[in-house]
Amino acid sequence: MNTDQSLRLRIEDLFTDYVHTIDDDRLEEWPDYFTDAGRYRIITRENHERGLPAALIYCDGKGMLRDRISAMRKANVFDPQTYCHTGGAVQVVGADDDGIQVRSNFTVIRTLSDGAMSTFACGRYLDRITEEDGALKFAERTVVIDSRRVDTLLVIPL
Amino acid sequence: MSGNQAPEFTWPDDDISRVPYQVYTDADIYAREQAQIFQGPTWNFLCLEAELPNPGDYKTTFVGEASIIVTRDDDGAINGLLNRCAHKGALVCYKPCGNTRHLTCVYHNWSYDLDGNLAAVAFSKGVGGQGGLPDDFETAGHGLQRLRIETYRGLIFGTFSDATPAFADYMGPKLLASIDRVLIKPLKVLGYHSQMLPNNWKLYAENTRDSYHASLLHVFHNTFGIVRPNMRGGVQIADSGWHHRSYAERVPAGDVEIDKEKVRSLKNQYSLDDVSLMEHVEELGDTVTNSIQTVFPSLVIQQILNALAVRQLVPRGPDRSELFWTILGFEDDDDALLELRLKVNNLVGPAGFVSMEDGLAGGLVQRGAVADPAARTVMPMGGPGIEPSVGSRVTEAAVRGFWKGWRECMGI
Ligand SMILES: [Fe+2]
Repeated sequence: MNTDQSLRLRIEDLFTDYVHTIDDDRLEEWPDYFTDAGRYRIITRENHERGLPAALIYCDGKGMLRDRISAMRKANVFDPQTYCHTGGAVQVVGADDDGIQVRSNFTVIRTLSDGAMSTFACGRYLDRITEEDGALKFAERTVVIDSRRVDTLLVIPL
Repeated sequence: MSGNQAPEFTWPDDDISRVPYQVYTDADIYAREQAQIFQGPTWNFLCLEAELPNPGDYKTTFVGEASIIVTRDDDGAINGLLNRCAHKGALVCYKPCGNTRHLTCVYHNWSYDLDGNLAAVAFSKGVGGQGGLPDDFETAGHGLQRLRIETYRGLIFGTFSDATPAFADYMGPKLLASIDRVLIKPLKVLGYHSQMLPNNWKLYAENTRDSYHASLLHVFHNTFGIVRPNMRGGVQIADSGWHHRSYAERVPAGDVEIDKEKVRSLKNQYSLDDVSLMEHVEELGDTVTNSIQTVFPSLVIQQILNALAVRQLVPRGPDRSELFWTILGFEDDDDALLELRLKVNNLVGPAGFVSMEDGLAGGLVQRGAVADPAARTVMPMGGPGIEPSVGSRVTEAAVRGFWKGWRECMGI
């Protein structure tokens, strides 16, 4: 799709800011990348391709996005860990009244406190992006992970 | 036995509340478990009837480390077959699922029907009168090894052993009734994922039977003030000890003495912005909010509010295991109930608010266990036997029941 280059740059900036926010552990800012009614799901490629709806994480609206972070901060117990996202292959696949549809690839390397590093997840972001008060936001971000298998636990959003 | 080989493991006494750490780390014990637990007198969950609706449908699964093919044949019957070609031992099905007329090994094209009988051998007559099968070769003796199969309420179980009692007798009436309670209608699969656990499979088998840890390790409910004082629960244990069910139920507020200390402690709690994932449609004819049931050795049947699932535990070596989650609804769910199930599912699974820690806890024990294989755990809560518990879940009785079953199968 032929996209205005300035819009494309803004989308790439959004993606860049998003991954740095996660990788820098500024997760309290993470829900603000979404619209108030924004949907966020992490789903396996198998489920996605077979049309099966169950997700590993499903947030419907900003309240559930915020609750993911407060649970992680205040309730859940896990080995200290960090992510390093790399991304690319950004492709604008369509646009209509509901927003701009964009797909891109990502890889997350996870590092644990003992130094163990692993390719924790890779796959695609399938996004619907809208403009709100002059800023681009995710109305929908579906994270399709290629593997059905999660190592130990998934607590930090992808 | 060579001179420097370790002596065969024995349990030092009759006490099932003290488990030697060696059972979590020892490669010989792990190998014996494959034969005596998974291929012993046990019913192993294979998959769901809903996953094989049509003749020719197949799915691969595991019993212990062994790969198993489950098929639905032209008569509508379910077959469980060891996924190992009778010729050279290759996996016959290497894809997870599909529909087929024949099960054909890609290596040399030996082909089996859906019941596992050997139907065709490539070049059986040779080429140009040379080669081929000897005249006395009998195809009848060279099918895929069959498991005994029983289905119950849409669950398919298989066993390698002729000694395994009928499934209903295996479970006993109490724990059969608790399966009846949850699986009330035809099931629909809502999705799959799996979780690699950095621990021996038995640590997860214990964890699901350990109702003592629930509110201690998983503090999500307490942190957000969701546990109400008017919750009661209990633990049911099969007479054999092998299987259990732990449950909690909502009771009318007037029926219980409210614990003022607890209410006080719930003040100044953090709160959730969106509590819709704690909603509950009482669809099973009672007020039970949580029900976790095990079927020895490898199945968990879960109801947490409206989140239904089965979890299949597969060993992956002495210090690793894989937990396969199949997320369920009923065929006749409307859109609203489906949406609720998908939201409540945030509580469970590898990213679950009240279950992700189970991936951590087993690994912590595994890392602790290596220090001294002869030392033992201490599990006295509600002990020392396998008595069920009414009104409290602060008991390790179901964990001890697991060890009773394990020792009986292993002859240890
Ligand atoms: Fe747990």
